[in-house]
Amino acid sequence: MNHLPLIIKREYLTKVRNKSFIIMTVLSPIIMIALVTLVAYLSQINNDKVRHISVLDTSGLVYDVFEDSEFTKYNIINNMSLDAAKVVVKEQEDYGLLHISAFDTPENITKGIAFYSEESASISVISDLEMKIERRLTDLNLIAKEVDISLIKSSTIDITIKQENFDGERTSKLDSFFKLIFGGASGYLLFMFIIIYGNMIMRSVIEEKTSRIIEVIISSVKPIQLMLGKIIGTSLAGVTQFAIWIILGGVLFTLVTLIFDIDLSQLQTPQQQLLQQSLSDSDINTQVELGLAAIQRLPLVNLIIAFFLFFISGYLLYSSLYAAIGAAVDSETDTQQFMFPILMPLILSVYVGFFTVIEDPHGTISTLFSFIPFTSPVVMLMRIPFGVPIWQQVVSLIILITTFIVTVWFAAKIYRVGILMYGKKPSYRELLKWMKY
Amino acid sequence: MNNLLEVHSVSKSFGEHTVLNNVSIAVPKGSVFGLLGPNGAGKTTLLRVINQITMPDTGHVLLDGEPLKNAHIKDIGYLPEERGLYKTMKVGEQAMYLAQLKGMPKAEAKKKLHEWFERLEIGDWWNKKIQELSKGMAQKIQFVVTVLHEPKLLIFDEPFSGFDPINANIIKDEILRLKNEGATVIFSTHRMESVEELCDHIALLHQSNKILDGNLIDIKKQYKTNTFEVGLNTDNPEQVRKSLSERFIVSPAEFRTLGNELKLNIKLSQNGSSNELLSYLTGKGDVSHFVEVIPSVNDIFIKTVKSN
Repeated sequence: MNHLPLIIKREYLTKVRNKSFIIMTVLSPIIMIALVTLVAYLSQINNDKVRHISVLDTSGLVYDVFEDSEFTKYNIINNMSLDAAKVVVKEQEDYGLLHISAFDTPENITKGIAFYSEESASISVISDLEMKIERRLTDLNLIAKEVDISLIKSSTIDITIKQENFDGERTSKLDSFFKLIFGGASGYLLFMFIIIYGNMIMRSVIEEKTSRIIEVIISSVKPIQLMLGKIIGTSLAGVTQFAIWIILGGVLFTLVTLIFDIDLSQLQTPQQQLLQQSLSDSDINTQVELGLAAIQRLPLVNLIIAFFLFFISGYLLYSSLYAAIGAAVDSETDTQQFMFPILMPLILSVYVGFFTVIEDPHGTISTLFSFIPFTSPVVMLMRIPFGVPIWQQVVSLIILITTFIVTVWFAAKIYRVGILMYGKKPSYRELLKWMKY
Repeated sequence: MNNLLEVHSVSKSFGEHTVLNNVSIAVPKGSVFGLLGPNGAGKTTLLRVINQITMPDTGHVLLDGEPLKNAHIKDIGYLPEERGLYKTMKVGEQAMYLAQLKGMPKAEAKKKLHEWFERLEIGDWWNKKIQELSKGMAQKIQFVVTVLHEPKLLIFDEPFSGFDPINANIIKDEILRLKNEGATVIFSTHRMESVEELCDHIALLHQSNKILDGNLIDIKKQYKTNTFEVGLNTDNPEQVRKSLSERFIVSPAEFRTLGNELKLNIKLSQNGSSNELLSYLTGKGDVSHFVEVIPSVNDIFIKTVKSN
């Protein structure tokens, strides 16, 4: 008799109807969006504040590079000693005082520039000032050495390297950006999914043990059916939750941006900077076109198929281990010793993914870890957007599925024996012994 | 086929530890079979083997003459000792789920459940969650779920633990009713009085071995010692006792009567007849009490376990 659909249905419904599950499903995106909005809002307030910076330029050669901008106002001080200027600036409660001492050659002046402020100044302010002064001083230096600046400016060449592989597919920085996003997102999604719902499976197995219903159930169904039913039911509940999160999050995000008119681009990640850098000199229309073209250049079909295959096998591999742990222990507090060996390869794969793959998607380490079954789902998902030969994907998938089958067999053994063991906290050696029962 | 269930020389060990050593039992159709034994004797493992939860290392089990197979799950109702229910599920939903796992169609399960709930007067629990019920109430639901699919073989592991005497009685009556309707029942328990009341066959497990089994009456006959409990009104109890001890083995007896007579246990020789004793006694005084001592299951249990 096949009771799998019945078990899946029960697992799914109990999970989905659970109050804390419902609360988490609704509340999580709200909290997330609220936090993002808050941070964006706060950094906006921070940037809205106008900074007054006083400049005491004794040399008289640099002061005119300081032009007022929206959030920074410069106040040029003349004919005042440094000490007097400090007192004045402090009384005015200005942001700070920039002092440039007199110099004979532009090279020497570098030692004579200082910034005085009440609190230590923000890095962006300092680097902005440094950039302004540097430019002017370089120009002065060139003039002093009798170089024609206009000649330099007119002969400056700006290039963007076109990247193309041997098959004629073009790539660009924008492409790399999308590859990073696709790879990183799918790898990270799998990681999160395993941690959240793996734990949920484990807890529900433990619950069956503590409520002592397990023996009633397995007098009707085979333990492996029960285990698979639990894994699939819980996963479906997880997919539901994720879908709701994405939809609700998207809607809330749009609403918040519209209502509060918050510019979320102020929360920039390095990837976004990379994107902007690559787009900086094109107008909006070409940006969209370039973006679409870049997405189209991704191996989309391969990406989607591989995503499902690796995601599902990777997730099942880990969740069967979680189920086995749940069966082996009596309470959640006893799970610690078994959790570590599961989390290790998982965390390792995310590190490899985010550091090695991004740096060199086809290097030895990336390739190696995309074949080792416990790290391959995450690492391979991150590599695929950069173009992985099909044979590598197939081999990795075969290894993964073989491992999955062995693991399920192994987990089912532990599960079968473990669910009927009460009051014992098993050691690894005992788990091995259970294999033989 | 007289036996519904036959267990043929089943052995099972976990690692070094032997839990069942060459155990065979036969459960006649329509009987109530008591599976007795001290803690750790292997009763639960044997029941798990019968339920196909644990696979035996050697030996086999026949149900209705056929080797156990997956399809037999619906023919067996098992109430394990370690039993529970999903705490957060509603009573009705849960009972429906368990019934469907046993292969009952949805509509039939619903109808039968309502019948049972009505008979046990628990109809208004349908929408309650298990965690709102007391332990005894939950036990009732477990019982209903065990017997709902009308299996040929019912297996109860310590069915009365957790019940108050009133509810234990209700359950006992239900078990007897099921038996009269044709079900065969296996009982595993420590409570000897319920064995005495319900069982017609027993098997005794001790340290992984079966040390005794058979028809309860036959076993009792086998264990009786030809001893009689006697109450005698006499003017001279000391002298009577003395002369009795010359012919029989005599020991003081403890039983309650209304009078103050001489109370003795008198053991006859293997072939000694009770009539002979009775006529001897009537010559000594008024016989107020004369009963053959039948060993209780409890006595047999303790005696066999100790002698092994």
